[in-house]
Amino acid sequence: MSIAAQQFLEAAGSITRNLRHRGLIQTALRKYEAARDRKKSAFNDWSAARQSAAETKWDAINHLDTYLAEFASKLEARGTKVHWCPTEPEARDTIRGIIRDSQARCIVKSKAMTAEEIHLNEALEKDGFEVVESDLGEFIVQLRQEPPYHIVFPAMHLTRDEISDLFERELGSDPTREPEELTMIARRALRRKYLQADVGITGANFAIAETGMVSITENEGNARLTSALPRVMVTLLGIEKVLPKLEDLALFLPLLATAGAGQTVTGYNTLYGGPRQPGESDGPVEWHVVLLDNRRTELLADPEQRDALHCIRCGACLNVCPIFRNVGGHTYGTTYSGPVGSVITPHLRGLQDWKHLSNASSLCGACTEACPVKIDLHHHLLQNRRNAVGDAPSWIERVAWRAHAFVVNTPALYQFAQEVGRIVEPLRRRLQGTPLDPAQSWTRTRDLPPVAGESFKEWWRNRR
Amino acid sequence: MNITLFIPCFVDTCFPEVGRHMVRILERLGHRVTCPEAVACCGQPAFNSGYWDEARQVAGKTLHHLRDAEAVVIASGSCGAMLKVFYPQLYEGRPEADAARALSERTWEFSDFLVNRLGVTDLGARFPAKVTFHDGCHGLRELGIKSAPRKLLEKVRDLELVEMTDAETCCGFGGTFAAKFPMISTAMGEVKCASAADTGAEYMVSNDSSCLMHLQGLLSRQSKPLKTIHLAQILDPQ
Repeated sequence: MSIAAQQFLEAAGSITRNLRHRGLIQTALRKYEAARDRKKSAFNDWSAARQSAAETKWDAINHLDTYLAEFASKLEARGTKVHWCPTEPEARDTIRGIIRDSQARCIVKSKAMTAEEIHLNEALEKDGFEVVESDLGEFIVQLRQEPPYHIVFPAMHLTRDEISDLFERELGSDPTREPEELTMIARRALRRKYLQADVGITGANFAIAETGMVSITENEGNARLTSALPRVMVTLLGIEKVLPKLEDLALFLPLLATAGAGQTVTGYNTLYGGPRQPGESDGPVEWHVVLLDNRRTELLADPEQRDALHCIRCGACLNVCPIFRNVGGHTYGTTYSGPVGSVITPHLRGLQDWKHLSNASSLCGACTEACPVKIDLHHHLLQNRRNAVGDAPSWIERVAWRAHAFVVNTPALYQFAQEVGRIVEPLRRRLQGTPLDPAQSWTRTRDLPPVAGESFKEWWRNRR
Repeated sequence: MNITLFIPCFVDTCFPEVGRHMVRILERLGHRVTCPEAVACCGQPAFNSGYWDEARQVAGKTLHHLRDAEAVVIASGSCGAMLKVFYPQLYEGRPEADAARALSERTWEFSDFLVNRLGVTDLGARFPAKVTFHDGCHGLRELGIKSAPRKLLEKVRDLELVEMTDAETCCGFGGTFAAKFPMISTAMGEVKCASAADTGAEYMVSNDSSCLMHLQGLLSRQSKPLKTIHLAQILDPQ
């Protein structure tokens, strides 16, 4: 078992017993579901919208080479510097280089999961820079020195009281239970940072090939300040973020907001076309767009699971996933948690180390049903399981499944197994709850039904 | 009609009454029911674990024995999904591919068969209790069965059907998942049971014995008054 798998099992074991966590997450996500359903009903035809979005992303991903080249050349035409980074260290070093060259000291950052993916903050802090997260949720988890709990709602696992205590401890503010006051405390701390910052780092929601623009969607206006005030702007995005045309946003912006947060459309939607142009009075003087591959092209080469690159990181699959709702975001130990994380992490970080996430699913399919771009998520988990066995089968399991096949395929043996089950039932009941119980992984929390005195097949035979 | 009733291994072994009720219901409707002795398992446990070669060892036999069946009715949405959805994938590009597709088209989950193939909703049953229905995920999302079991329950005399908040949320069984990740499976089951209990129902009904095995196991262990029951047990007027 990999270290990651052991950590997952340990973390899952303790958090699933935490009833406070369970209640908090179930309540929050039930509210989300209700809001999402209200907004979904505003679409004339939600399933047609999903189909259309899936087809657009299919086109974008299947012609990624063309669209990326178009995106980059349009950006460069307006003075943006485009950096192509095949790996995590190259992306990190590119951004470190930009920051060194700009002689920056203070950096503000808006929400970017790709930055989590390349562990950017740790690298910059190690270089001696101060990096301040400007998204409220990210600001909170940064103060707690922990990774985001959820790709869209980074601090959803915390209550107002916990946030108030954190602010009191870290920022010296007065305790309060009012969300508005908590927001104002963060705002006062952040406003100073925007003015001090020399570099602003952002992520991106969509990269528009046709016009060479980056679309960023947010609810707090922090990404606008992050991009508009510092002299240098850096945008880090995965290469899968491409959309072919500007008009595609007409569908994708409401789709993202509805599926991700139960909103009609997100509060602020900004399109960035380039750095400050001659004659313009504001905006960043330099804009660097850093395109990250980090094994996405390997996923692109897999025709069966290529559609995982359609992902617009809305978080809808996490929100409806009963596994996520019970183990929470941190248990996964990955940048991308929930169903999409379980699908792509084995591709991004190695199948054998991360196959346990594909096994940690009841394959219920709620994720696939919720995905606004129709990624076949739960079937990809099945394929990951098959691929993991194909690469490195467990011989114990293989023998067990062969034995199972032999028994169920041989009626006399199958009946004999049932008979054995009946005979050992009293002994099994006595052993229940002890480490000798062979079914203890079931019986520790659940009763096991006994083998019936007369099986259906026996009844059927006797009846005739 | 000649109906081949496929009673999956765990129903055969632990819940034989479910199969007996199905036989009685189908025969009372005037159909000829056969239950092939040699067919025990659909092969899903090995398939879901990633052992597709071993799954084919089981599925191949099932495919062979069901090849001439006019209609296969299966007593589980999950095993039904294996036959209808996953056999064609398991045999894609293999000599048995046509047979797998043909079997898929002739296979029906029990409630779906009654309502959408036979056009029957009223079986003359009476069950004086308040119940809530749990949608098994494979039946719901792989086979698209949502309304059939409810149409059947609505026609049962003296039965009150109430929907729970999380009717479509997974109960946490998930086959080998329940044994490999018991702590997550248990937490999911507890959420489900709480949601069902909140409706004030006496019974949680489902068309999948596998979900019910897990849920009843939890309820019994925790001495909860809520009980589980298979749809076929309610529908058979005895």
